[in-house]
Amino acid sequence: MKNSDIIIIGGGVVGSAIARELTRYKLSVTVLEKESDVCTQTSGRNTGMLHAGFLYKTGSLKAQCCVEGNKEFDRVARELDVPFKRTGKLIVGFTEEHRQRLLTMLERGKANGVEGMELIDRARMDEIDPSAGGNFAIYCPASGILDPFTYTIALAENAVKNGAEYHLYTKVTGAEVLEDGRHLLHTTKGDFTCRWVINSAGLQSAEISAMLGIPGYVIQPIKGEYFVLDKKAGAFAKIPVYPAPTERNTFDTHATPTVDGNVLVGPNSFKVEDGEDYSVSQSGMDGLQESGARMFKHMNREFYIRTFAGARPKRIDPETGEIQDFLIECRDEVPGVINLVGIESPGLTSSLPIARRVVRMIGERETLIPNPSFDPIRKGIKRFHEATREEQAALIAADPDYGEIVCRCETITRAEIREAIHNPLGVCTVNGIKVRTRASMGRCQGGYCETRITAMIREELGKAVTDVRLTNGDSTMFTGYVKGGAQA
Amino acid sequence: MMHKQAIIVGGGPAGLAAALRLREKGIEDILILEREKMLGGILRQCIHDGFGLTRFGESLSGPEYAQRFIDKVQEAGIECITDCTVLDISSDKIVTAASRNQGLLQIRADAVLLTMGCRERTRGALATPGTRPAGVYTAGVAQNYVNLQNIMVGHEVVILGSGDIGLIMARRMTLEGAHVKGVYEVQSYPNGLPRNIQQCLNDYNIPLHLSHTVVEIKGRERLTSVVVAACDERFRPIPGTEEEIPCDTLILSVGLIPENELSLAAGVNLDPRTRGAFVDENCQTEVPGIFAAGNVLHVHDLVDFVSLEAEALADNVAEYLKVGSLPACGLEVKAGANVGHVIPQRISGTRDFTLSLRVRQPLNGVSVVVRQGDQVILRRKMRKALPAEMIQLPIKAAKLTDNVDMEVYVE
Repeated sequence: MKNSDIIIIGGGVVGSAIARELTRYKLSVTVLEKESDVCTQTSGRNTGMLHAGFLYKTGSLKAQCCVEGNKEFDRVARELDVPFKRTGKLIVGFTEEHRQRLLTMLERGKANGVEGMELIDRARMDEIDPSAGGNFAIYCPASGILDPFTYTIALAENAVKNGAEYHLYTKVTGAEVLEDGRHLLHTTKGDFTCRWVINSAGLQSAEISAMLGIPGYVIQPIKGEYFVLDKKAGAFAKIPVYPAPTERNTFDTHATPTVDGNVLVGPNSFKVEDGEDYSVSQSGMDGLQESGARMFKHMNREFYIRTFAGARPKRIDPETGEIQDFLIECRDEVPGVINLVGIESPGLTSSLPIARRVVRMIGERETLIPNPSFDPIRKGIKRFHEATREEQAALIAADPDYGEIVCRCETITRAEIREAIHNPLGVCTVNGIKVRTRASMGRCQGGYCETRITAMIREELGKAVTDVRLTNGDSTMFTGYVKGGAQA
Repeated sequence: MMHKQAIIVGGGPAGLAAALRLREKGIEDILILEREKMLGGILRQCIHDGFGLTRFGESLSGPEYAQRFIDKVQEAGIECITDCTVLDISSDKIVTAASRNQGLLQIRADAVLLTMGCRERTRGALATPGTRPAGVYTAGVAQNYVNLQNIMVGHEVVILGSGDIGLIMARRMTLEGAHVKGVYEVQSYPNGLPRNIQQCLNDYNIPLHLSHTVVEIKGRERLTSVVVAACDERFRPIPGTEEEIPCDTLILSVGLIPENELSLAAGVNLDPRTRGAFVDENCQTEVPGIFAAGNVLHVHDLVDFVSLEAEALADNVAEYLKVGSLPACGLEVKAGANVGHVIPQRISGTRDFTLSLRVRQPLNGVSVVVRQGDQVILRRKMRKALPAEMIQLPIKAAKLTDNVDMEVYVE
């Protein structure tokens, strides 16, 4: 049985940020993640926005954490080697009603501490991004775009580098408190004990909360579907373009360039029972095509390369159904538990501020001793296609695997894929390689590289063909060999 | 900087045929760049027969067909670098490539021959609703696993699209003991060749469902089923016709797209109908000295025609290299009624050339008409014209004028 000072349930962006921040202190930290990787659920299924913080009620945790996370992100991105651009954002309007809502939003942004927001006219919009729809807009220079996969992975890898331990495919099935006050967690991979349990289980946070002795919370998953558009469309998208907020202070479909040069169109937004049902619907896609075209003039079928869906775990008032703020709590009557419920958008932007609040709660209850060997720096995989021609020549000279292009659309080399296969978290799925390298994220969607990547996974890790998986659970790629093929 | 007279990008059937013909025409300084470990392109995984009937008058497997060219390229001592991916081609014909053994190469060429072939259309481009489980493959990817890596991708198979590779894979999977439950085609006619419908589906009792498509993909980890439905003439699913088919594998054969990312980088303009370059009768693109042939120019039905087109291209490249330029092609070739696309899109009106075209839909008892203004240049009667089959017509210079655009239509 594995014993730690602290167990974090859920290795998403928030759980991984908490793990990383806790390794600043002399603590043994274990993260239990039920899936095959750290960003297969909510953390990887979003728009990848660094939000500015103008949408949330002044004084709320959402507003505080978001503004705090936004302001520090240039440094965080440098420390963790995360692709990030502070693009700014346009929130566009067409009607007088829109203008009033935008002005209200502008005031709230100022009250929340968001800097530099201004109302601009069509002429200024054309200077910033002529592809944007709308007659006027709020321009918010603080907003940015980041790669949510890399950010989550980077936090987790930095945590591991500083001593945290990750257990994948490890789902918590039950919890009890031992006589000495420690927690005993039952999982699909055996039992774990610890002094502190941190519930960072996202879509399952209400369930885990109840398991840990704090019942009564309700999570309402709100699903959103997206299109991913080709980089050819990305050439027209300079800046995220959002519509004016709705009456309910939410955003309809928007068009967002990704940090890699694609465009995301979406999400739509609807309640679902099962937050982990990531199927996309025909009606949803039809709606996105129509509403997306209003925000982005190049929303065109020929640019489709993929669709996906995600779900935001919203905490709602069980009586009124009203959406609640982030919840971060440590109750005296439930000692040794830090409970995070309803961490949804802007969770990506807020992850480190949330993590610091968690650390503070623990620090108020016991003395935390700094870890003198903590290193905040994480280096990602050296990307061949971002290197200059001289650097590329040097890379190949030093390692011939850099001279073998495995993914032609994104120009990803064998060296990068090899490094991704031997990642610090021990992730070994095809999808895990994809999110670490971008191999197969391009327009041919793996048509060229997938056969090579699965062969490399088998070679590098000595896996049987029936043991190669696409992503979570039993997503096996192959059923075996052809007739007589095993001997061949 | 290294210099070559001709750089051929891609060592598949088009590149190999072009290289050999260039050498026959006396061009010595040729370099083939191939990203795979071996020459031959996609033919390497096409282990079925039926290749070469037009070019060699006999039925060969894909690897056999390719090997005939590879042997001659090697005999001729034509320089090839395999395991070498071209990263960029500039409009002034500097080719940048990454190679395991030779590092980063930058080579200036007098002529660049684009012979990169094509790629498969994906599920993402179709935006098929549903989940994203393992077990969904394009036909070419499944063919690579089964034929080159000996790996079985599944046992209970549904095929979406009736492209030739999908039909070939229906037979291949059946021979390997899989149960192919059916081929579903959104169009009201098959996309593959009639001989493949007969030899790959009918001979194995695999049903072909025309005017049907997959409307949902199910299964969170591995594929568990697909929902199919009948479609109306505008390809919209007809409510109430849905049927759920349990399966662990979905193979997509829903179209091929010429692979022109490098062409675009070189400033080559593409024809939205072929998705290949605009070319003149010399297979020269709008960038002087950059030529294209084979599936990168327009998707062919038979590899034999790819080889023939590449050989014709090489004749023109040889002339370009010797003379320094080719005759101006000021006349447009327009695709008229019932014609999906034409190659070439521009001609001089002073030389023989081969006109390639495809019809938009299956037609019976028709004539293909080629005219310049009031002058009918050629009229070819056809008992049957199918979109799956490319039509090629030799056009003689003697019949042409050099001052009127050409129109091609089917009546």
